[in-house]
Amino acid sequence: MEISNLTKERIRKSLKENKRFDSRGLLEFRDIKVETGVSKNAEGSARVRIGNTDIIAGVKMNVAEPYPDSQDEGVMTTTVELLPLSSPEFEPGPPKIEAIELARIIDRGIRESGFIDFKKLCIKEGEKVWMIFIDIFSLNNDGNLLDAAGIAAVAALLSAKMPKYDEKEEKVKFGELTEKGIPLTDAVPFNLTFHKVGESIILDPKKEEEESSEGRLSVAFSNGKKLFINAMQKGNEKPLSKEEVMNIIEEGTKKFKELFKKVHK
Amino acid sequence: MAFTKRPDGRKFDEMRPMKAEVGVIPNADGSAMFAFGDTIAIAAVYGPKSLHPQHLQNPEKGIIRCVYDMLSFSVTERKRPGPSRRSSEISKVTEWALSPVIQLNQFPNTVVDIHIMILQANASTRCAGINAAALALAHAGLPMTEFVSAVSIGKVDDKIVVDVIKEEEDYKDGEGSTDIPVAMLSNSKKISLLQLDGKIAPERMKEVIEAAEKACEEIYKVQIEALKKIKEE
Repeated sequence: MEISNLTKERIRKSLKENKRFDSRGLLEFRDIKVETGVSKNAEGSARVRIGNTDIIAGVKMNVAEPYPDSQDEGVMTTTVELLPLSSPEFEPGPPKIEAIELARIIDRGIRESGFIDFKKLCIKEGEKVWMIFIDIFSLNNDGNLLDAAGIAAVAALLSAKMPKYDEKEEKVKFGELTEKGIPLTDAVPFNLTFHKVGESIILDPKKEEEESSEGRLSVAFSNGKKLFINAMQKGNEKPLSKEEVMNIIEEGTKKFKELFKKVHK
Repeated sequence: MAFTKRPDGRKFDEMRPMKAEVGVIPNADGSAMFAFGDTIAIAAVYGPKSLHPQHLQNPEKGIIRCVYDMLSFSVTERKRPGPSRRSSEISKVTEWALSPVIQLNQFPNTVVDIHIMILQANASTRCAGINAAALALAHAGLPMTEFVSAVSIGKVDDKIVVDVIKEEEDYKDGEGSTDIPVAMLSNSKKISLLQLDGKIAPERMKEVIEAAEKACEEIYKVQIEALKKIKEE
């Protein structure tokens, strides 16, 4: 059920006085818990909880033909399913725009950061390359699934082991994993999503705050040799001023460093 | 090799020749064509009309529905006809880019349908689509608080360029290519579309926004000229 306009108004008003219903600061995250190895048959898996938000990501791999424009590189696809069991507003059926957008934001952040070394995922140029599937499922939605999904995807990739590959048969031996991880670089990506609620900018909204949000900006950072922005997405109807955008980028850079230390151990 | 010259000889802050024309689909309540060089978009607006099924209606304001797609032969490798994940996302961000300026509270329980089709593509298709759609909305006579113009800013190697073409989008050397579509409102200068795909240092974003603002002002002039023409006819 969507919350009432009255509640939205109350949220906007208290945010204006720098107050949140759970007494956090405007840019303060709830507790983040990351657990890996949560689904045994996956090459890699992670479950991330941010407050009551709960999301699970798994990595599966297979061998496929490369794309025509990158013959010597592996392939990655990201999907997100917003499961009906995780929230009353999610309905069964083919993915709706919310899930598609979420998956595409996560996908861009990871792909553009260079976190996955796609060249090392080539088995035989032009013929066979490794394909990575990152599948993300929501288990409980209490706001900010987007940032949780980004952390879960990265944690799952970091924990993954390459499956065994039978070179004679040219097939993957499903169920048998090697000791080798996926070829990754040190450019670890995370995205941070800022929401504009009334006149305030907040991070990590709970569900009721997210429903009161009129504009949002997701920024995916990566921390390799240098800090880069790899993806951005402005969402929802309310436009942002130039100053707001520049502020978000500045605050995001600081927050990313802080979050990075907390989550990536 | 460093990127020192654009493949089509333009200056870094120079747009491709733009074309805009209003009233290209006689059946529509409003329609327009917008082109950045070889990238051509057309848009048609139908509505406000009553929305069915009824439970989708909003008694406070009208809603807009946007559909963006490309002709199968508008790109070098044939695009499978019909919606894709990419086109659904672009449709949604286009909706967000346009909705702040339309005064939908004057049309409760209705829908405004915006259809955008790319006839020929050479990058920046979502921006051309937004520019055409903004014109079509004005042509349909919908009350708008201000206008919307969109441009794709690129960072090719370490250079900030406006209105990128496919060849620049695919640039692999040096720092590679970063694509940043931006839509800006004509008076308030607020940003209603901002996406980014690539690799850029946070401190360079200011340059990007400044380049976008300047380019959007140029686009706005072309849009207004096109609208003036219907008045004369």
